[in-house]
Amino acid sequence: MKSYIGKRLLQAVIVLLGATLLIYALVFAMPGDPALAIVGEKNQHNQALINQVRAQYNLDKPFILQYLLFMKGVFTLNFGNAMQFGHQPVINLIGQAFPATICLALLAFAFELVIGIVVGVVAGIKRGGIFDQTVLILTLVLIAVPTFVTGFIARLFFGVDWKLLPPTVDNNLDFIHLLMPALILASVSIANIVRLTRNEVSTNLSADYVQTAKAKGLSKIRITFVHVLRNSLIPVVTYLGADLGALMGGAVVTETVFNVHGIGNLLYKAIPQGDGPLIVSIVTILVLIFVISNLLVDILYAFLDPRIRYGKGEN
Amino acid sequence: MEKILSEEKKPLISVRDLNVEFSTGKGKQKRVTKAVKNSSFDIFPGERVAIVGESGSGKSTTAHALINLLPGSGKITSGSIKWYGDSGNSDSIELVGAPESEFIKLRGSGIGLVPQDPMSNLNPVWKVGFQVRETLQANGAKDKDGNLLKGKALEKEAAHVLELAGLDDAKKRMKQYPHEFSGGMCQRVLIGIGLANKPQMLIADEPTSALDVTVQKIILDHLNELTTELGSAMLFITHDLGLAAERSDRLIVMYKGQIVESGPSLEILKNPQHDYTKKLIQAAPSLASVRLQSTKAAVVGMIDKPLPEHFEIAHEQNLPDFSTDNMIEVYDVTKEFTVRGQKEKLKAVDAVTFSVEKGKTTAIVGESGSGKSTVANMILGLLKPTYGEIAFKGQYLKEWQKNRKSEKNFRSRVQPVFQNPYGSLDPMASIGRSIREPLDIHKIGDKKSREKKVLELLDMVQLPSAVANRYPNELSGGQRQRIAVARALALHPEMMVLDEAVSALDVLVQEQILTLLNDLQAELGLTYLFITHDLAVVRLIADGTIVMQKGQIVERGATEDVFNHPQKEYTQNLLDAIPGRHLF
Repeated sequence: MKSYIGKRLLQAVIVLLGATLLIYALVFAMPGDPALAIVGEKNQHNQALINQVRAQYNLDKPFILQYLLFMKGVFTLNFGNAMQFGHQPVINLIGQAFPATICLALLAFAFELVIGIVVGVVAGIKRGGIFDQTVLILTLVLIAVPTFVTGFIARLFFGVDWKLLPPTVDNNLDFIHLLMPALILASVSIANIVRLTRNEVSTNLSADYVQTAKAKGLSKIRITFVHVLRNSLIPVVTYLGADLGALMGGAVVTETVFNVHGIGNLLYKAIPQGDGPLIVSIVTILVLIFVISNLLVDILYAFLDPRIRYGKGEN
Repeated sequence: MEKILSEEKKPLISVRDLNVEFSTGKGKQKRVTKAVKNSSFDIFPGERVAIVGESGSGKSTTAHALINLLPGSGKITSGSIKWYGDSGNSDSIELVGAPESEFIKLRGSGIGLVPQDPMSNLNPVWKVGFQVRETLQANGAKDKDGNLLKGKALEKEAAHVLELAGLDDAKKRMKQYPHEFSGGMCQRVLIGIGLANKPQMLIADEPTSALDVTVQKIILDHLNELTTELGSAMLFITHDLGLAAERSDRLIVMYKGQIVESGPSLEILKNPQHDYTKKLIQAAPSLASVRLQSTKAAVVGMIDKPLPEHFEIAHEQNLPDFSTDNMIEVYDVTKEFTVRGQKEKLKAVDAVTFSVEKGKTTAIVGESGSGKSTVANMILGLLKPTYGEIAFKGQYLKEWQKNRKSEKNFRSRVQPVFQNPYGSLDPMASIGRSIREPLDIHKIGDKKSREKKVLELLDMVQLPSAVANRYPNELSGGQRQRIAVARALALHPEMMVLDEAVSALDVLVQEQILTLLNDLQAELGLTYLFITHDLAVVRLIADGTIVMQKGQIVERGATEDVFNHPQKEYTQNLLDAIPGRHLF
């Protein structure tokens, strides 16, 4: 197990390096001179100032050196200063934005877990029934329609027209304010989890071991919750884990629609301004979260399914 | 108990005019299959009854109907099932149409079930002990004073149940998961579960068909002992007539959903009335005695010298020059596997030396874990020996495998046929495509000649050419295994490695495939290496037999000699384990 985790961590480092390099290269290739953007309209011809800014942000150095200098900062937890946003340290900007994203993502995750699994199990047990059919159509719609469409529609009706829920979040990180954005953020994943759980439950219900459980004289409730559910959740957990990371990234759209001052919103603002240090720092953190949550899932997976034990040895 | 009815013995369960249907599709496309037609029989307390028939005969369906566990769309359409139990008076419960709650009461404590496939019938994510405990709990297991079992007492009773079912070291084993158990051990657990609440009747649905013969015998002996001790009746479902006759007082023979014959076991065996029963008796491998005669040519001779002389000197420094008279020569081969969490390596195959003669059939027999399949995989070049050498036609396998081209050449000359005809065919590919695939890979001929070849091959395995456009799920197990043979033949191989190739098939089908293989051998001069646990099959097909145990060869020789004069106790045990052997 230990060697397995070690191996996975090493993989994580490689993924992290690759992802940051890629993002750094993309930002580098963006059109426009970031130094000119930093000095502003008035100082467009102040070559001395421009050169000073170039030196400050390492813009005068070749690409690979720029990248290495940035990575050196990352490993010493010094992400440098943002080019825009009042030249604040990147770490401060991210620190301010992070709580909103975490709250939103965790709430969305909770919805996925509860709604996704409960609806999925009920649909799976009554496969082919009216509830199942309705759920299948609804989930298909959710998966097919892009999040920003569902987001805007929900905000328009629930927030603006009917005034049931606050239409924007701004800086209010409470349950009522986050409810709608979290549901929208989770919507596609909820639909996927419902479908996955439903299929797993209905497949497991016809498995041989369920037949044996019935022959033992067990009640239906016990068979469903003790025998079928645990087996059905194994693939669902894998999906949920991969999704935790995706929720953070997916927050870009939702945070913009509902004006949540989170990481996604920050990233959304940083990209058009070509703020290299900020963009790459945010992506680095997102990749890190993604990789770690996947590792956690793989470990959890082994606890749910005793057949899986990580270690050396062939076969 | 009162003895009002003692003159006339009262049945435990009484089935009258039972009809079971399966339906597929809806509305106009609805198709109905009658799985059981007008079946009537009684089972008396403590009696052993066997239902015999091929797959699709309705034998399992009949048994499952008794406890309302019909799979899928299965439904009882008419008839009656009366459960008398030990009520002591004439009261009986009508089970047809009874509510599910009635069945939940009946299952486990009234009627127990030992299912067919031990590996898939235990829940993989719960410990074995848990699965036994919940059986006891669900049926309200009580101690001597009539209190419900709880905590330690429950734990103890569960261990006791498993010990009775013949699981060694039960207390420790209870903390393990099903995947850590062998098939035999899983079946013991399932027997324990089936009998945990001392049911009045046990349904044993092909309880050992997935197990080795020797294990089969031990498990069935044990099952007999336990049911006798508990006074439980047993309904035994099997396709093997020899086995059924040996293990039960009364036989019910089913064919296409109908009971065609029933009566005392020996009587039916000696004096079968129905044609189908006669055919079954003929086909039962356990009751056959000599090698199949080819229907097309004279049978090949026996191996007179099982090994070339240079094999006498084992562990010599220099490897011998392999002769080209033998198709395969295996010299001092050992295969070790690293086992997780254990320093010591597992020797799956231990210094094995033998040869396979051209144009003959050599069988390797042994229980699971004897290393026979590992040997087969090494000969196929799918596994590399840890030590030792294997040669094909006088040339080392590593020579054959040194580049892509010669490896392809080797692969086209040695073809495998695997055990499970359901798993080895791509369900999304038509039969024609599956057979054509090797021709495509090896780029033999053009599109037209390949199609023609496919039809020839189908003809060779005696299937109509229309089969080429069908898909695997439309074919029966026997037909699929014919397809697997046809695919193996596509490249004109010189040798076929058949790993348990007929083990998953019904007796009648088994006999057909063996006859087919035999005819093909006479026609094409093929060499077979036949890997099996079933000695009865070996006798039907093999010229030479090698017996393996724990990775080593314990006995070898011409098949007749091995069968008639076994030298080792292990071989004798294997032979004794063939069901029905002493019935004639």
